Amino acid sequence: MIIKNGYIIDPSNKREGVFDILIKGAKIKEVSKNIKAKDEEIIDAKKKIVIPGLIDMHVHLREPGREDIETVKSATGAAISGGITSICSMPNTRLSIDNSENLELLKGIIKKDAKAFVSIVGAITKGRKGKEIVDMKMMKEKGAIALSDDGDSIQDESVMLDALKKAKENNLLLISHCEDKTISKSGVVNEGIIATKLGLRGIPKKAEYEFVERDIELAKKAKAKLHIAHVSCKESVDMIRKAKRDGVRVSAETAPHYFSLQDECCVTYDTRTKMSPPLRSAEDVEAIKKGLIDGTIDAIASDHAPHGKHEKEIEFDLAAFGIIGLETSLALAIMNLVDPHTKIFGVGVEGKRLSWMRLVELMSANPAKILGLNHKGNLSPGSDADITIIDPEKKWVYTKDSIRSKSKNSPFINWQFKGKVAGVVVGGKIVFSR
Amino acid sequence: MVFKEKARILDREGIKRAVTRISHEILERNKDPEDLVIIGIRNRGEHLGHRVADFIEKIIGKKVPFGILDITLYRDDLTEVAEQPILKETRIDFDITGKKIVLVDDVLFTGRTIRCAMDQLIDFGRPAAIQLAVLVDRGHRELPIRADYVGKNVPTSLNEVIEVKLEEYDGVDEVVICEKG
Amino acid sequence: MALTKSLYAKKDKMTTKNTVTWTKKDLLGLEYLTKEEIELILDSARSFKEVLARPLRKVPTLRGKTIVNLFYEPSTRTRTSFELAAKRLSADVINMVKESSSIQKGETLIDTARNLEALKIDIIVVRHNCSGAAMMLSRSVNISVVNAGDGWHEHPTQGLLDIFTLREKLKSIKGLNVSIIGDIAHSRVARSNIWGLTKLGANVTVCAPEKLIPAGIEKLGVKVTNDVDEAIKKADAINVLRMQFERDKTGAFPSRIEYFKAFGITEERLKNAKKDIIVMHPGPINRGVEMSAEVADGANSVILEQVTNGIAIRMAVLYLVSTAKKQRR
Repeated sequence: MIIKNGYIIDPSNKREGVFDILIKGAKIKEVSKNIKAKDEEIIDAKKKIVIPGLIDMHVHLREPGREDIETVKSATGAAISGGITSICSMPNTRLSIDNSENLELLKGIIKKDAKAFVSIVGAITKGRKGKEIVDMKMMKEKGAIALSDDGDSIQDESVMLDALKKAKENNLLLISHCEDKTISKSGVVNEGIIATKLGLRGIPKKAEYEFVERDIELAKKAKAKLHIAHVSCKESVDMIRKAKRDGVRVSAETAPHYFSLQDECCVTYDTRTKMSPPLRSAEDVEAIKKGLIDGTIDAIASDHAPHGKHEKEIEFDLAAFGIIGLETSLALAIMNLVDPHTKIFGVGVEGKRLSWMRLVELMSANPAKILGLNHKGNLSPGSDADITIIDPEKKWVYTKDSIRSKSKNSPFINWQFKGKVAGVVVGGKIVFSR
Repeated sequence: MVFKEKARILDREGIKRAVTRISHEILERNKDPEDLVIIGIRNRGEHLGHRVADFIEKIIGKKVPFGILDITLYRDDLTEVAEQPILKETRIDFDITGKKIVLVDDVLFTGRTIRCAMDQLIDFGRPAAIQLAVLVDRGHRELPIRADYVGKNVPTSLNEVIEVKLEEYDGVDEVVICEKG
Repeated sequence: MALTKSLYAKKDKMTTKNTVTWTKKDLLGLEYLTKEEIELILDSARSFKEVLARPLRKVPTLRGKTIVNLFYEPSTRTRTSFELAAKRLSADVINMVKESSSIQKGETLIDTARNLEALKIDIIVVRHNCSGAAMMLSRSVNISVVNAGDGWHEHPTQGLLDIFTLREKLKSIKGLNVSIIGDIAHSRVARSNIWGLTKLGANVTVCAPEKLIPAGIEKLGVKVTNDVDEAIKKADAINVLRMQFERDKTGAFPSRIEYFKAFGITEERLKNAKKDIIVMHPGPINRGVEMSAEVADGANSVILEQVTNGIAIRMAVLYLVSTAKKQRR
């Protein structure tokens, strides 16, 4: 297969411009100008952007256990239509991914149903209860790429330190959802004037950044690798920036909603604006953007969290936290971040400050590096042929009917976007094209 | 909707004469003014009623009890009316039981306003009689209601509108006939 | 009738005040109303108060309409007031009192509302312990929704009746100094009062122990103090909130005795206030906690008038939402 005449952006090889890509089997064979075809299938990518397939580090598959709201099949289908070729499944499924049996079960489902590459993130503690650490050696051997208790953030500092030490021994990455539950309590929106107006319980930013600070300290002590999930506020960005300067092995991600929406979006009690951490203030949104630009934040991950109607279309206080995001992640990043000065085919939105190169770093190259997926996130010869082709001129509307995820809990329904995924190659096969 | 003025039916003098005549007729019909009360229907019937009550007072040398009725809450067309009626107070500071009530309004048309007014009055007590005085009767009744005292009968088409203007309310005394269009 | 209307507007004083037409199918909170709409409700309520003084305290206005009082929180006072208001307007009333905990077990709030709509109910009056419940309902059904208190968010008819009472006593709200004293953080009454009073031009002060002042409240245009004597000193009126100790799970509350000592309204404290200061309370009163019995039953108290005015306000609201001119649904 040859992808011809595409505008290639490949941060790992610092390559940008019009090139052809030759794919043999599941691998990239060659990237250069004017590759002559013999009998290969040709994909014309003229006026399209061709990038290493996007990698989403934070996805809730809901399978095994809640197949009514999402499955490996439906989530990976949604992922590829959003240009995402690799995802990490978080362990907070009904059957917790904290033992070999459940891990094997999930692996089986993935082997059978997945349309994209799925890496498994296992739990740090049994039942994600924050007490007893799982058998990390076994988890690693069975193929867990990282460990996290995600929403069930480990409250006990000594358990977290212990986990970091064990992760270091087993060369495993820990992903931390930073939330001090003694501060966030039963809060549902960002603490401040919006929460006050709405009469809803506030979640102070402190609930997040205190644990960011704690986990950075613990990672330093354990000399372990730490990845901080879905950073939402200014203080967290500042702390991570400082930690990186101090040489701590910390990386961080944010989700598209934290640079696309703010707490004011909650004023109609629309439960699709309820997430954890909550949408923050305008000042925080700016800080997140700044962190994305200056390299403090390494990755954009969707935190795709499907929920059924009966879990979302209820009272704000009672509704589940989280939104789906696989199909809008790239579009939101282009819309809200990309720099107008790095125009490609005349595309670029006024007033934005991020280059396409940096965007591909955030959504593909960096996640691959953080996860140690050396054959992904780049277009080097020998790497996996996971490729996303984007039509940067294409205008489109994200409609409810078009959603491929089994759940429809997105606040971005009916938003207009520019820049749409035109084709996706996973393991050398075209898995999606429009 | 635009209204085109077609003709002036009554001017200042005409209205004054009509009020005078109606007042005399009321006294003629109600020989004993002891039980007589005047109640004007908001908005313009209030001011006409006031004029009638003042006139009668001058003749008999004694105040006639006067009240104001706002019929909004008794209307049968609340959900259909083009404009949401502005709700105002009803002011009847006396017991109407056993009284002879003269209801005063500006224009008698379908009769529905008068129906509302009577329903409402009956909720206030049991009057000995209710009589009706209007400045203009333009016909087109939808209910079996008639006026006891009429300033002027004006045959109209349904395409026409009777516009009563009073000094107290509109700054001028006149009655004009307008055409929709 | 554009022509006639402009003429009315010129001469009639009451009319000039109310050229605004009510177009909303719902009443969700005072935050969402304009000054003119608030004044329209207050003016209409004045007429309904007159109805309440008639020998027959009932008008046929809403004959044939059915109103459901859907209460997920026990509240005899508000429910009775709404029920009386509906009955004075000749509407049929059904009371549905539900346990909030049953929500998760069975039918969702939206399902309940859609069922009521299918039963051809005209107005849902809803009281719920979750903020935003009324707004959520209003989005789910085409029939009218009146908020009778949602969580800590708003209690618009209480706010309106408080303002109505003040306006009756002091003529105009503009420039008045009004202090709201008590658990501001968890009070829907406080929020509705703040929105309504500030829109009508009053200077509002909120006063509470520091832990019961919600974050960013000053952005709503109110002064904030922890000193009750300060809050009383220049006030034309004080609205004293009920301290709901039974609901405190956060430990933010001081003890009853401590609270009365630091914030309770007593005759002693009122000595430093304006002589004719108006004392309001949304009830039910904890005598000896928010205020002393002497103040509650004293000459400055208008607490029972508030109760009467509540019916007039609720009649006005039910009347306006059910005769609202059609708007986009």
